[in-house]
Amino acid sequence: MKAYILLEDGTTIEGTSFGAQKTVMGEIVFNTGMTGYQEVLTDPSYAGQVVVMTYPLIGNYGVNLDDVQSESIKVNGFVVKEYCEMESNWKSTGNLSDYLKDNDIFAIADVDTRMLTKKIRKQGTMNCIVTTEEITDELMDKLDKYKFPVDVVANVSRKQKEIIPAPGKKVGILDFGVKSYIIKYLKQLGCEIHIYPWNTSAKAILNDKLDAILFSNGPGDPKDVQEAVATAGNLIGKLPIFCICLGHQIVSLALGADTYKLKFGHRGSNHPVIDKRNNRVTMTSQNHGYAVSDKGLPDNIQVTHVNVNDNTIEGYSCPDLNIHSVQFHPEAGPGPEDASYLFKEWVESIGGGK
Amino acid sequence: MPVNKEVKKVLVVGSGPIIIGQAAEFDYAGTQACKSLKEENIEVVLVNSNPATIMTDDNMADRVYIQPLNIEALSYIIDKERPDGLLPTLGGQTGLNIAVELQEAGVLDKYNVKLLGTSLDTIKKAEDRESFKDLMKEIKEPVPKSQIVCNLEEGEAFVKEIGFPVIIRPAYTLGGTGGGIAHNDEELKDILHKGLLHSRINQVLLEQSVAGWKEIEYEVMRDSNDTCIVVCNMENLDPVGVHTGDSIVVAPSQTLRDEEYHMLRTSAIKIIRALEIEGGCNVQYALNPESMEYLVIEVNPRVSRSSALASKAAGYPIAKIAAKIAIGMNLHEIPNYVTKKTMASFEPALDYVVTKIPKWPFDKFSYANRKLGTQMKATGEVMAIDRTFESSFLKAVISLEGKGNGLRSPKLEMLSQDEVLDKLHICDDKRVFVVAEALRKGISTEEIFDITKIDPWFINKIGNIVNIENRLEAEELTVELLHKAESSGFTDPEIVDLSGESMETLDTLRRAHNLYPVYKMVDTCAAEFESATPYYYSTFETEDENEITKNKKIIVIGSGPIRIGQGIEFDYCSVHAAWGIQNAGYESIIINNNPETVSTDFDTADKLYFEPLYIEDVYNVIRKETPQGVIVQFGGQTAINLAPKLLKRGVQILGTSVESIDVAEDRKRFERLLRELNIKQPKGAAVNNLRDAIATARNIGFPVLVRPSYVIGGRAMQVVYDENGLKSYLKEAASLSSGHPILIDQYIEGKEVEVDAISDRNDILIPGIMEHIERTGVHSGDSFCAYPTQTISQKVLDTLVDYTAKLAKALQVIGLMNIQFVVKDEEVYVIEVNPRASRTVPILSKVTKVPMVDLAIKAILGENLEDLGYGTGLKPSSNLVAVKAPVFSFQKLNDVDVALTPEMKSTGEVLGVDNTYDRALIKAFKGAGFAFPQSGCLLVSLKPEAREESLNTIKEFIDLGFKVIATKHTGEFYQQKGLDVELIDRHDSQLIEQKIKAGEITMSLNIPTLGKNPKRSGFKIRAIAEQYKIPGFTSLDTINAYLVALKSLKDNSDLTYETIDFYINKSLLKIKK
Repeated sequence: MKAYILLEDGTTIEGTSFGAQKTVMGEIVFNTGMTGYQEVLTDPSYAGQVVVMTYPLIGNYGVNLDDVQSESIKVNGFVVKEYCEMESNWKSTGNLSDYLKDNDIFAIADVDTRMLTKKIRKQGTMNCIVTTEEITDELMDKLDKYKFPVDVVANVSRKQKEIIPAPGKKVGILDFGVKSYIIKYLKQLGCEIHIYPWNTSAKAILNDKLDAILFSNGPGDPKDVQEAVATAGNLIGKLPIFCICLGHQIVSLALGADTYKLKFGHRGSNHPVIDKRNNRVTMTSQNHGYAVSDKGLPDNIQVTHVNVNDNTIEGYSCPDLNIHSVQFHPEAGPGPEDASYLFKEWVESIGGGK
Repeated sequence: MPVNKEVKKVLVVGSGPIIIGQAAEFDYAGTQACKSLKEENIEVVLVNSNPATIMTDDNMADRVYIQPLNIEALSYIIDKERPDGLLPTLGGQTGLNIAVELQEAGVLDKYNVKLLGTSLDTIKKAEDRESFKDLMKEIKEPVPKSQIVCNLEEGEAFVKEIGFPVIIRPAYTLGGTGGGIAHNDEELKDILHKGLLHSRINQVLLEQSVAGWKEIEYEVMRDSNDTCIVVCNMENLDPVGVHTGDSIVVAPSQTLRDEEYHMLRTSAIKIIRALEIEGGCNVQYALNPESMEYLVIEVNPRVSRSSALASKAAGYPIAKIAAKIAIGMNLHEIPNYVTKKTMASFEPALDYVVTKIPKWPFDKFSYANRKLGTQMKATGEVMAIDRTFESSFLKAVISLEGKGNGLRSPKLEMLSQDEVLDKLHICDDKRVFVVAEALRKGISTEEIFDITKIDPWFINKIGNIVNIENRLEAEELTVELLHKAESSGFTDPEIVDLSGESMETLDTLRRAHNLYPVYKMVDTCAAEFESATPYYYSTFETEDENEITKNKKIIVIGSGPIRIGQGIEFDYCSVHAAWGIQNAGYESIIINNNPETVSTDFDTADKLYFEPLYIEDVYNVIRKETPQGVIVQFGGQTAINLAPKLLKRGVQILGTSVESIDVAEDRKRFERLLRELNIKQPKGAAVNNLRDAIATARNIGFPVLVRPSYVIGGRAMQVVYDENGLKSYLKEAASLSSGHPILIDQYIEGKEVEVDAISDRNDILIPGIMEHIERTGVHSGDSFCAYPTQTISQKVLDTLVDYTAKLAKALQVIGLMNIQFVVKDEEVYVIEVNPRASRTVPILSKVTKVPMVDLAIKAILGENLEDLGYGTGLKPSSNLVAVKAPVFSFQKLNDVDVALTPEMKSTGEVLGVDNTYDRALIKAFKGAGFAFPQSGCLLVSLKPEAREESLNTIKEFIDLGFKVIATKHTGEFYQQKGLDVELIDRHDSQLIEQKIKAGEITMSLNIPTLGKNPKRSGFKIRAIAEQYKIPGFTSLDTINAYLVALKSLKDNSDLTYETIDFYINKSLLKIKK
């Protein structure tokens, strides 16, 4: 069955459907990871987006129950060069196509994904409509009027507080769409984990007498979650704070810094980040469309990590306020595990992790 | 950290001659390193014994020493040059070993030379099995159960503990020499024995076998600040059990989940950190296909064949970056040379699939054991890139230049299902073809997996190819089907053959629907950043990102994979051709498929197309680029074979015309030409059947030289002495070149002389003439040879020059030509004319200082030799004397007769350079690994015809104090002549082996009657000598030369090891006096 992509700039691309039959809109982005498509699909930070994989063969090792970053697929649509029908891996429980269909997710193959990637690189992230119907003027109009939803975080965040008991330090997570590997790492360090819906009040969090709070990753523009920015403002200085990705941007806004949209974002498993304290470069997993501007960052913030490719801020710490914040994903899933030591450092900094 | 200020001068050690397991990849690495160091204003001194390399070109380093890679030469050079550092990690195992030896001999300490990139401690930790095991234990990385053994008893005891099968790996060897898998006691004894011999430190590792697990490799880099990156990972299609050099390899891995990929990646980084390597490192893993269990199999603390492949596969120049790291730079301070916008501290993201397939010498050695195991047998490799596995794989298959046009083999098609099932159990070079045939015959993926342990993913992909074959046979050829077939890598002849449609129909369809490939860039970053690299591959996709300039441009066709008879020298010529074209103001474009070489480095030519050297693929590039012309004369027979096909499509072939090439290659036309020119050649004829063959041979008179027409490197060429020999040869060779006749020539026993010339159609320039040391009957590639000639009279030299000029003019040669002559009784005969570059071009370019390829390019572009400043005619020789010695890889190839014959067997060469013949000869022998003991025992066994002539040689050895043992007939002959020789039964190979092992026999002279038959005693003796690495001579001329060197060594204890310029200038001073 045929499927189509219509971009904001009018480009139409034809391919073959290997997912659900439907029409959806979203922001089109590319990911350069050569492995990890299931992690990408289930990463809540991709909510509202149509993801193009630059690696041409996708589906090679099927899907399984363990590699997921949340309980369901979060992307709006999935674009690949070639979908592999005959997967092979000891852990596989089924093929990717069935998985996408079961999750009612649009997916298209036989696309020149390199051409598409270059288009996104040159023109920046665009809105798109993906469909298994013929492209009509009506669809084009629809795309013209499309605005990226402002409630993506609310959609992917937990609705109820969840507690994972353990004898270790009590660490809270503000769930903006937290990836399961973040939880996994904290569990491994013996933490008792309290996961809060994104709009939980600072007061409620402080009531739980946590040892620290982690502002999680999540989708969309940090400026769309002002409620969380306010919460951060009320927690800063009262609890040790760790931040990842969207959490990093939210806390930065609360600290008075600004955020801006990157032309086409950072999405992949090979992003070099230099630790300014020792000049060592680490390969990191990244997935973000916005970045923190250094203008407006308070003086007591020390920028610790910088992206080697484009010099954007990748992390900072603030000893005065006890904040440790990174833009990238130390939890990997997908991507390199090189930065996972951060979890240990963080938990040790509050006296845990033994 | 920026460049280490203390390091101002660096000595780079090359890897020596090409042998199986250590090939052109180290020329690529060394060349990159030299360029990289010079960029940082480091003074570079280079030592390598291999003259056929780009790295030994004058402009590559500040000073280049083409000298043997041994302690003696290196100590001399270090003493003279006083380098601050030694870079040993780019010269393969040879480079590492010499560094260890220099350190152990105290040379590095004495001269205060710092080992760069990798410390001695690291080398030892990685290479010494026991310390490696300890280190892995320390950092909790799993390794197979194993034990170091130093003798058979220890080995047997360990196997009792862990059971069969066990892998045997000798320490400190190349390409797994002497290793293997033993399934029983007998195999254990045999392999263990050989392994102990080959190890430099008499250590062998016995190891638990995980044959059948996935084999995965990681290429890791680390800088002194501890930043680590993985350039590329690779998955072997062949599971553990086949040497990675003999495995089909894909990049990146295809069947690993993210978790598996990063589990191994994390491990690789942990290992490079623990070893504290500053540079590149290769880690090989076995991964259980049923779990997350893995084992570290091997670590190479240096640049390797895999890193060359990874560099080309990912567009990340590992050797270049490793050299920068070695002098103190950090990864984030080194630019990414492809994007020019980002830094080297990142991990390439591929958006294509790379397939590497080894090139084995079994087409040449039809009688060699084709089974693949832990001992590498491939001489070279091909690589292909595309956006589907099917096409990447099929392009690589086509690049092997096999008989077919795809994955089908008529021989396999004829087999029954049971026969194919049986064949699946044999792991040899044909395995993927057998897998495809099994699928065609309805054998299931599961069953094939059970037998071969090849991951079902790969089997299913091959199944996709088979499905398209079936569809082409069964369905109408629609646009969709044609597109499917083309985008999956099917060639036109294959589509025509399967579909039954004509080429015209196919072309019409293609034109009507614009079914042509587009070109995409290898850019390291999957298009995330804009990129400047002119490195392209073809694919069937929507967007063509190939930027075609309006410049005047010329395309150079490369020579494909390194194989016996077509080696690195043609890559040398292709690279110089690209440079020459640039110098002349044109855009240069290279098409080639060999990942190991300098020609496929993305900054060699202005533009690189990584494509099969197959007519369609080459023509598609030409169609796109519309160059002024295409040059085929530098890419060996591979490129020459493409010439008529290109011409037929209207492509302008620059230089010597295709017509002239045909005259030179077509026997009848060539004979006519020589008659017209009044030049003699050995009598001969082309025959198509046995009757004609016998009649012709009788007419000419035995012995005769027989060979198939149109061949590379004298494939299946042989001297036969009688009718029986002729009959059995024809039986074997008939299938070798169906459609082409067999050539029978008079065998003239004389001196062989080789002339290389540049011709501009009117004038010629002969930079030098080389004289073979062995008489005719030994392939020129396998002969020792000397420049300038040593025993040729002026009259004959004049004739050679005259003939060369006549032939060049008659053939209207424009560019390079090579002529082989026989000289007997002052009479000159022409054996063959090759209107193209030859094996000797790099040597002559270096020793005569005539930039041959550059001049050839100028001639091709219309300039006159007269105006180019190097004169015409024969260039007078200086007092420099050079001797080339061939180097063989017999230890890797069981069942190949080591005896010298008209069939080429050597894989590489070394050059000895000095001011006298004797000294150059000593160096050539030393460079080729010969020792010069002052006493010992020579084992002699000769064919009757050779005995009389050998008397003097044997006498001289006895006079020098050598003992001589001879086989019965040979020995009795000597005894009759009054020589004191001992007799030995030639059939008692066990006794002979014992004596060799015990050091009671130290050298062998064995001239075969028939050769090639492994059951004959002579074959066995030669094989044993080779296995025990004692000098084994199979020609009287070679041993006589050795004798000359041996005797003169006594008077030449003060050998110098200097640059070519030194010897040339020294002689000039002499002349002035």
